[in-house]
Amino acid sequence: MSTPILSVRDLVVEFPTRRGTLRALDKVSFDIAEGEVLGMVGESGAGKSLTGAAIIGLLEPPGRVAGGEILLRGERIDNLPPEKMRRIRGRRIGMVFQDPLTSLNPLYTVAEQLIETIRTHIDLSEKDARKRAVALLDRVGIPAAARRIDDYPHHFSGGMRQRVVIALALAAEPELVIADEPTTALDVSVQAQIIDVLKEICAERGASVMLITHDMGVIAETADRVAVLYAGRLAEIGPVRDVIQRAEHPYTVGLMGSIPTLTQTADRLTQIPGSMPRLNAIPQGCAFNPRCTRVFDRCKVDRPELIARAGGRQMACWLYDAAVQGEAENV
Amino acid sequence: MSDVLLSVEGLTRRFDVSKPWLNRVIEREERQFLTANADVSFEIRKGETFALVGESGSGKSTIAKMIVGLLEPSAGTIRFDGQVMDFASGAAMRALRRRFQMIFQDPFASLNPRWRVGDIIAEPIHTFGLLTGAAVRQEVGRLLELVGLSASDAAKFPHEFSGGQRQRIAIARALSSRPEFIVCDEPTSALDVSVQAQILNLMRDLQDEFGLTYLLISHDLSVVRHMSNRIGVLYLGRLVEIADAKRLFVEPQHPYTRMLLDAVPDLALSGRRRTPVTGEIPNPINPPPGCAFHPRCPHVMDICRQIVPAQTTTASGQAACHLLTQDDHRRTREPVA
Repeated sequence: MSTPILSVRDLVVEFPTRRGTLRALDKVSFDIAEGEVLGMVGESGAGKSLTGAAIIGLLEPPGRVAGGEILLRGERIDNLPPEKMRRIRGRRIGMVFQDPLTSLNPLYTVAEQLIETIRTHIDLSEKDARKRAVALLDRVGIPAAARRIDDYPHHFSGGMRQRVVIALALAAEPELVIADEPTTALDVSVQAQIIDVLKEICAERGASVMLITHDMGVIAETADRVAVLYAGRLAEIGPVRDVIQRAEHPYTVGLMGSIPTLTQTADRLTQIPGSMPRLNAIPQGCAFNPRCTRVFDRCKVDRPELIARAGGRQMACWLYDAAVQGEAENV
Repeated sequence: MSDVLLSVEGLTRRFDVSKPWLNRVIEREERQFLTANADVSFEIRKGETFALVGESGSGKSTIAKMIVGLLEPSAGTIRFDGQVMDFASGAAMRALRRRFQMIFQDPFASLNPRWRVGDIIAEPIHTFGLLTGAAVRQEVGRLLELVGLSASDAAKFPHEFSGGQRQRIAIARALSSRPEFIVCDEPTSALDVSVQAQILNLMRDLQDEFGLTYLLISHDLSVVRHMSNRIGVLYLGRLVEIADAKRLFVEPQHPYTRMLLDAVPDLALSGRRRTPVTGEIPNPINPPPGCAFHPRCPHVMDICRQIVPAQTTTASGQAACHLLTQDDHRRTREPVA
């Protein structure tokens, strides 16, 4: 197997506060293979966006990477000096943020922003960069791109703006695109279009994608594999079909059951009692144990590590520990 | 069939979005109006959940505000339990207002941060003079327990609660005037899915217990399908289709409804074939003539560009589309669909 594009090993992100240090990400490990779309799901506060921010080196102080390593094609990038990291950002890792209105500069035309980005990373003349910018806009589905490129961001509708942001993220042909809730601010009919564009264009250029979203539907449509985060820890990671249709981790099972679908017939939704713990009150052992329906003694004492399962799945749950499974079979 | 609790007829709301007078004179511009709702008619029966879906800018929330009396309609009438809502008469509105309540989208904005939860919930009780003295506190405690919180939470402030808990407080406040009808404007769109499930289940339980009637406003089709009996689909301020909830998803009549359904991400991974969605909702200040959906419609005909389609009765409800009234076109369309 070739080296993964991105490899995150035991990543720990901490926020020192006056009342002690908060651990927002706790030993998160995953890989993204070449051309793969990895979905990152979880509820608010689970640490999805933080993972993205840590990878591109944009953690807001006082947040800091307190442990683990991040490798981009086998090279460590979490300890690079800011100047070097700045070159990787945009050139090798592109970003798409949630709100297209705040990620574009309202004072510059789309052309200026695109050309600046292209010329920062690639040695091209102004004219060639402009040509390339028009081609990019055309590719992301903006009609009459050659004319509209000189418009300001406010001239575009929400969906069109997000297309511009995607064009910006891909301007320097990065190997990895981190898309943080790219469609959350958009209507469903526009969301479907944006997801298609993102998926197609990344596949076409061989860019891997880390798609951060809280919307399981978007993940189902887009991702190859999905990682489920809970309270800053990975609960489960595996091929999207397996995780969605045959969820095994009790948290994923609850999460999937709580989503109303267009085809279900059940009268009531499954509900997970309680809510996600605050960072200063993460329980001992498994973070999910107070809400888990299948909790047993060990869950309250030891924290489960990711356990490899068949079919490339990994699960952090004592239920799937070999010893426990053996016992269950004996009974 | 049960009786109609709320009926809306020809409801229209225009907003004046003109530039100031001096600019109009200098720039020789006409007044400009934004039509948020045009000619919307529907009925809600006692004990049912009626849902309005649509994308942003389709006028969902404007309808909600008119129904609870926060906005006056430009034209049309709203009848609650047979009684016409009279915006001119304060006393009549007050009497009606006790009987309907509203739950808002953002529980961080809809609860006064300086008030204790108990006072927030008790306010409607005081306003309508339903109870006095110690009975109020008891009632607040009862309501808090009803929505899954504890009576002692009454002394806390809203910031001490999570989003889901705050939405429970908002529901308790809505229930405190013992309403028959609750307008829920995107009650769960600010919440996480697992919390959304808790709130939706709670709303269901309360409906069963008190025989409440809901008007549910949402952009999320799966939530709407889960919760409602009948659904109205809005596009640019007009109702394009009203249908029985279960049938709307099986046999959508209007091309817009079909497009919306196709746009919903598919959790079942069934790989169902779908028509790609095109275009975006146009600017409501200058809506396209004729059927507002015609620039995005895959089955557009000449007549669609000229005449606003009227509501026609379909097998599952009503829809406003020229395709439904033109039999010959329908036949030619069939093989395509």
